[in-house]
Amino acid sequence: MQITVSAGKGGTGKTTVATNLALALRKEYDVEFLDCDVEEPDAGIFLKPDFESSQPVNIKIPEVSDEICTYCGQCSDACEFNAIATFGENVLVYPELCHGCGLCSLVCPVDAIKEKDKKIGEIRMGKAGAIDYYEGDLIVGEPMATPIIKELKKKTSHDRVSILDSPPGTACPVIESLHGSDFALLVTEPTPFGLHDLKLSVDVAREIGVPVGVVINRDGIGDANVERYCKEENIPILLKIPNDREIAELYSNGIPFLDRLDGWKEKFLQLFKRVERLAEEERETSEKGGSNLGKSEETQTSKP
Amino acid sequence: MKIAITATGEDLESNCDGRFGRCSFFVIVDPDSLEYEAIRNSSRKARSGAGIQAAETLAETGADAVATGNVGPNAFNALDSAGLNIYTGASGTVEEVVGLFKNDELTQVNEPTTSGGTGRKK
Repeated sequence: MQITVSAGKGGTGKTTVATNLALALRKEYDVEFLDCDVEEPDAGIFLKPDFESSQPVNIKIPEVSDEICTYCGQCSDACEFNAIATFGENVLVYPELCHGCGLCSLVCPVDAIKEKDKKIGEIRMGKAGAIDYYEGDLIVGEPMATPIIKELKKKTSHDRVSILDSPPGTACPVIESLHGSDFALLVTEPTPFGLHDLKLSVDVAREIGVPVGVVINRDGIGDANVERYCKEENIPILLKIPNDREIAELYSNGIPFLDRLDGWKEKFLQLFKRVERLAEEERETSEKGGSNLGKSEETQTSKP
Repeated sequence: MKIAITATGEDLESNCDGRFGRCSFFVIVDPDSLEYEAIRNSSRKARSGAGIQAAETLAETGADAVATGNVGPNAFNALDSAGLNIYTGASGTVEEVVGLFKNDELTQVNEPTTSGGTGRKK
């Protein structure tokens, strides 16, 4: 069972929800936690893991041999990211633009391009009490988070409860975090910004076929438009966390509020049971050939 | 001698576009005769490395120099490798920029003048 906690808008409470959920489940279930927000992994502040090991994450970048290269420019033409350029008898490689796809070396007619490893970050592994804890960390200045999240996800196993704390937004790193998950728990706040970005998250999750449910954080501020939207779109609201000073104070001290405030463990457990049911329903419907996601195959393929 | 000027349009009356890699057009002008041709900048919407690709485009046109507002580090490096002289601080219409160039009023640079756009973090 893989649950990705995501949000279009930053600062809505992804990590709060993900860490509290993991803690609520730690006794009854076999839980692993993956901090996929590799640009600024921060779930460790709340779960306080002890790290036992780490491994580097590398991408392959091209290295061009001046002796073999004929300066034909086919590598430059092929590169979608303009990471390799040919000027006369000069081939320039821009490692920070390279996505490590290897296409340049494939199209090179004279085999002048070799690939070499470049470290872009690392994965750290350890334990947070009973929870197996993994986090990715992208080197500052490196632009590509996705390869680290890919590597991180190799640690997940579908017979456990995996909770993935996704980066914010709707770009590639988020898609990588969501891809293959059984459920997307989308955290939002009940404000116009929250709603705007929630809609984007819902679109992304539906496009890649992951069922969604919403957690409203800081409930009590803003307006009722998030709830209206969820009703119209038939999206379950699975939990509301109030805009509460005590919760905020615990958060700023790095303390998961579930450990200190009564009743929340039960609420998160209930949330998990509902997520399990919703994910199961979605699996059954998609096995029958339909989809619960409110989108037929036709509308998906007719999209540009 | 031909100088490429980053522009928002296709003729001498068009405004100079201060961006190099993501300008709309390059107007390539012979400063003496004012004969010119305009080419659309196909890297305007590149996902990354617009400046690099734009430099490759310019290298193929045979322009000897480029005048623009600013160049980032990747574009600078690429233009430099392509052997183009780089002038920054250009503004006004394309024709006015040609005037500035002829009067030696543009700055020829030997290092990037901005930290770059979307491609590179510094």
